[in-house]
Amino acid sequence: MSAVVTGLRPRLVGLSGYAVAALALFVLAPLVLTDFRLRLLAQFLCLAMVAVGIGLAWGRGGMLTLGQGVFFGLGAYIMAIHLQLSDAGPGGRPSFMVTGSGLPWWWELFRHPVAAVVGIVAVPALVAFVLGYAVFRRKVKGAYFAILSQALASAFALLLISQQGTIGGSNGLSNFQQFFGFVLNDPVNRRMIFFICAGVLLGMVAVVHQLMRSRYGELLTAVRDGEERVRFLGYDPALVKVFAYVVAAVFAGVGGALFVPVVGIISPSNVGVVPSIGFVIGVAVGGRATLLGPVLGSLAVSYAGSTLSAEFESVWIYLQGLLFILVVSFLPGGVVSLVSDRWRRRTDKGSDDTGDEPGGAGGSTGGEAGGDPPPASAAAEVPLVDDPTGQVQPGGVR
Amino acid sequence: MDAVLSQLYAGISLGSVLLLIALGLSLTFGQMGVINMAHGEFIMAGAYTAFVVQQIFSDVGLSLLVSLPLAFVVGGLLGVLLEVTLISRLYHRPLDTLLVTWGVSLILQQVARDIFGAPAVDVRAPSWLQGNVEILGAPFTTSRIFIVVLSLVCVTALGLVLRYTPLGRRIRAVVQARGLAETSGIATRTTDRITFFIGSGLAGVAGVALTLIGSTQPYMGTTYIVDAFLVVVVGGIGQIKGAVIAAFALGTLQAFFAYSQSVSTAKVLLLVVVIVFLQVRPQGLFSVRTRSLA
Amino acid sequence: MTASPARTAARSLLVAGLVTVLAACGGARVDDAGAEAGASAPASGGSSCVDTSGDTVKVGLLNSMSGTMSISETTVRRSLELAVEEINAAGGVMDKQLEVVTEDGASDPTVFAERATKLVQSDCVAAVFGGWTSSSRKAMLPVFESNDALLFYPVQYEGLEASDNIFYTGATTNQQIIPALDYLKDELGVTSLHLVGSDYVFPQTANAIIKAYAEEYDIEIVGEDYEPLGSVEGIPTIVNRVQASGADAVFNTLNGDSNVSFFTQYADVGLDAESMPVISVSIAEEEVPGIGVERLAGQYTAWNYYQTVDSPENEAFVAAFKAAYGDDAVTSDPMEAAYASVYLWKGMVEEAGSLDVAAVQEAADGVSFAAPEGEVTVNGDNHHIAKTALIGQVNAEGLIDTVWSSDAPIEPDPCLETYEWASMLEKDETYCG
Repeated sequence: MSAVVTGLRPRLVGLSGYAVAALALFVLAPLVLTDFRLRLLAQFLCLAMVAVGIGLAWGRGGMLTLGQGVFFGLGAYIMAIHLQLSDAGPGGRPSFMVTGSGLPWWWELFRHPVAAVVGIVAVPALVAFVLGYAVFRRKVKGAYFAILSQALASAFALLLISQQGTIGGSNGLSNFQQFFGFVLNDPVNRRMIFFICAGVLLGMVAVVHQLMRSRYGELLTAVRDGEERVRFLGYDPALVKVFAYVVAAVFAGVGGALFVPVVGIISPSNVGVVPSIGFVIGVAVGGRATLLGPVLGSLAVSYAGSTLSAEFESVWIYLQGLLFILVVSFLPGGVVSLVSDRWRRRTDKGSDDTGDEPGGAGGSTGGEAGGDPPPASAAAEVPLVDDPTGQVQPGGVR
Repeated sequence: MDAVLSQLYAGISLGSVLLLIALGLSLTFGQMGVINMAHGEFIMAGAYTAFVVQQIFSDVGLSLLVSLPLAFVVGGLLGVLLEVTLISRLYHRPLDTLLVTWGVSLILQQVARDIFGAPAVDVRAPSWLQGNVEILGAPFTTSRIFIVVLSLVCVTALGLVLRYTPLGRRIRAVVQARGLAETSGIATRTTDRITFFIGSGLAGVAGVALTLIGSTQPYMGTTYIVDAFLVVVVGGIGQIKGAVIAAFALGTLQAFFAYSQSVSTAKVLLLVVVIVFLQVRPQGLFSVRTRSLA
Repeated sequence: MTASPARTAARSLLVAGLVTVLAACGGARVDDAGAEAGASAPASGGSSCVDTSGDTVKVGLLNSMSGTMSISETTVRRSLELAVEEINAAGGVMDKQLEVVTEDGASDPTVFAERATKLVQSDCVAAVFGGWTSSSRKAMLPVFESNDALLFYPVQYEGLEASDNIFYTGATTNQQIIPALDYLKDELGVTSLHLVGSDYVFPQTANAIIKAYAEEYDIEIVGEDYEPLGSVEGIPTIVNRVQASGADAVFNTLNGDSNVSFFTQYADVGLDAESMPVISVSIAEEEVPGIGVERLAGQYTAWNYYQTVDSPENEAFVAAFKAAYGDDAVTSDPMEAAYASVYLWKGMVEEAGSLDVAAVQEAADGVSFAAPEGEVTVNGDNHHIAKTALIGQVNAEGLIDTVWSSDAPIEPDPCLETYEWASMLEKDETYCG
């Protein structure tokens, strides 16, 4: 859908696609799905929120973050702390504390509902800003950044596990009774939570859509494709990247926060290295630089994981690995790029190339050295400048 | 007993394990800008090689000596296979390579599970690698001394190869200026494959070493790999000495953090140190790139 | 970059407004009648969907068949299936054949919660057997409480919990940790202990209990060290500290593969069962080969069952297990507890004469089974079972010989209410008020 930013017709198509998605989520899903399936879908929607953020940071900004579990966890734990406190009532002690020595002071920060909601947005944003600024300012990028973000996820999970007394350790926090005053164990309320998840996800997609249409969106793509060139034009690429990273972190945090009432538990196993890569899989499969690719990919992978792994445990692992390898190697634009490519060819025949193709539509050839300089956003992360091999490539600014 | 001394030994021991793992990793990273997430699974392949060899030879010591070169070959072949089938298609897409190799690691773990089963298998250590030697009054276990020596031998051998052999010259040429090397008639594709063979082979050797101090199971590759990545990031690319210094520095630091705090806290502190370090030297300790824009 | 954030913000506000509107038309609020007891009064059409009319009845087996925990949980799945087969061959439960629905917990608490919901709501099983880690149990607990269904949990754990909807057929702390401490104190004359464990809830809680015990009986705790789960990098440091502490014995709550590194390093620095015995509570028969028999020989373990237990029931169990899964298959405590759990459920159902959850809970007290470990009896108050504690020593074949056993089955006391010295421990008010 991102392909169609100019022209009235494509825009209408985009809008109607959006309407169809909203209709499916708000009308169709509650009608046809059982309570159990609806809960599952809500869970997948929460994971898809993280994917939308990764699509922005990685697909548009070229920052492969293997540590979104950290922000997911921050949002989720703040929500969980708030729910535990409201279950316990004023002065009450949360039920997980088996051997703890009293409530740590920072629990109290999130007792008030407004403080909790602010925290869910602000804490991931702040952490992402400090971290992102420190890292991007020093031009740490590419694989270095990916590795650092992964180490961060690993350390964060370890830290949580070791904090049995203050945050529930490996058990995490669970057994919530209410959600901002509404009984959780009530079908009507559960449906409401589903609607909230659906609404928030659609909102996030709209935000990314708007961002990408703005000057900022162009700048972000420009930074991805040629950071030094952007610098020479007088912009600070670090700030441009930090903003996308912060937005992605906030999306992950909100996704985590909603995940808690839907699933009923948050534990360190949801935030470590493996779940963090799991978020990326859906994005890669769906199409990292497209608008709906991350969402659809994430939903599809979650669904496949949930249904297939139950039937054929080891087959699912093979399939997951294989799918990932094949899509990333041969279809870097993701599955969505196939569809929108075909659609483009049919409708846009002869019209001018606006230069905003779905990422990586050029396929595996898009980034070959020696070829033509790829279209602005093809082959999502052709690093003309930050190629660690240090090789001089055509089109690179040297 | 001198606590500082025994912690120093613990740190050196951890550092040498990290070095052994990071050596191959940094070689392939420097060469092709490829972070190979399946490196940990090559380690596992090396460890299972040691297990299989032990089923054939009854003499434990002999089987260890046989499995070292054999694991080098097994790891190396896996590496070349990966390079030829996948990585060679992904040139100039380093981040995609990272993701693809992660998919490979997932599959390799499952393969190991399906062949050897999920529980850990027992690889016995020869009697001359059990027990300890007292150095300056503190015990240093023989198996860990063996690993320290092994890692130093590997570093020295790799250093000599890179410095004094025609192959080494070719590898260095490709790392420093691929285009120029190609123009000068160096077969860069063949060089890439040989580099990948050596780097992955070293992972296999590391796997044999790990059987002496830990368990041999399908997920063993994930144990040290995040720390080994950090070693590569801190060490910088293209030079062995960066990896050596980074491995021992991070190993010792972690051991002392662990002694004064707790092991979990040590891991977090280590990451903080690395991020602060990157503020000062974003390209790591050493980098051969001279015309770098970054 | 200037104009659009404003528009973006406007859109976001719109969405936020939408969400609020949606939320405002929600269902039951907490201050509504009966909502306080939300856990016990299922609002979601709580009436069970279990089909009791036919010749078969469904039961769910929920274990991790993939991921890190599958090493242990696969063996539990096998013994559960063995028990179901035996029961079916002997005529089933109330003349109904058991129909098994299997699910994979994937070593992930979230997946456990999801699959438990599916088993209860979609498959309508009469009972679920499974779970291993405490986090998996904690994740499933709200599911079983809110749907008013039954879970049988077969693993020793840290106690301090007693849900009406869970039957705990593994040991609680007073059937494993405390007998182990008694043994160290009375039989080995230990006066100082070093605590080594994995960094998660079971070791942390066990060590809190051990410290309270130690204070009461003048045992000096000379060190307490934790290794992150699944990690081995800190092991040399921990062994250095253990050796330096000069403790009489080590209480080991390390989990899984960290044990391999620990015992290798332990033996290599020159420590052994003679100079500083180690008592482990998470090493069972199936882990021994992976750690290495020669490194473990002579060290102690505390469980309620060993493969070597001398009884006709155990002989039959071991023989049946080997017949099904090969001569190399070993049996261990969690496997035996899982095996017994199916029979205990059968006993409760037949006692109640009904598959109804409330009837089964009602009938549970006093139901007993001649398990391979000996007679086990359900305690209707806390849903744990009375078990005999066994201290074992690893022998040269890699099996574990019993060196001491409690005189009689020990009544379960998950909240440690009968121990004066345990009153200082903080306990979960939900179950241990």
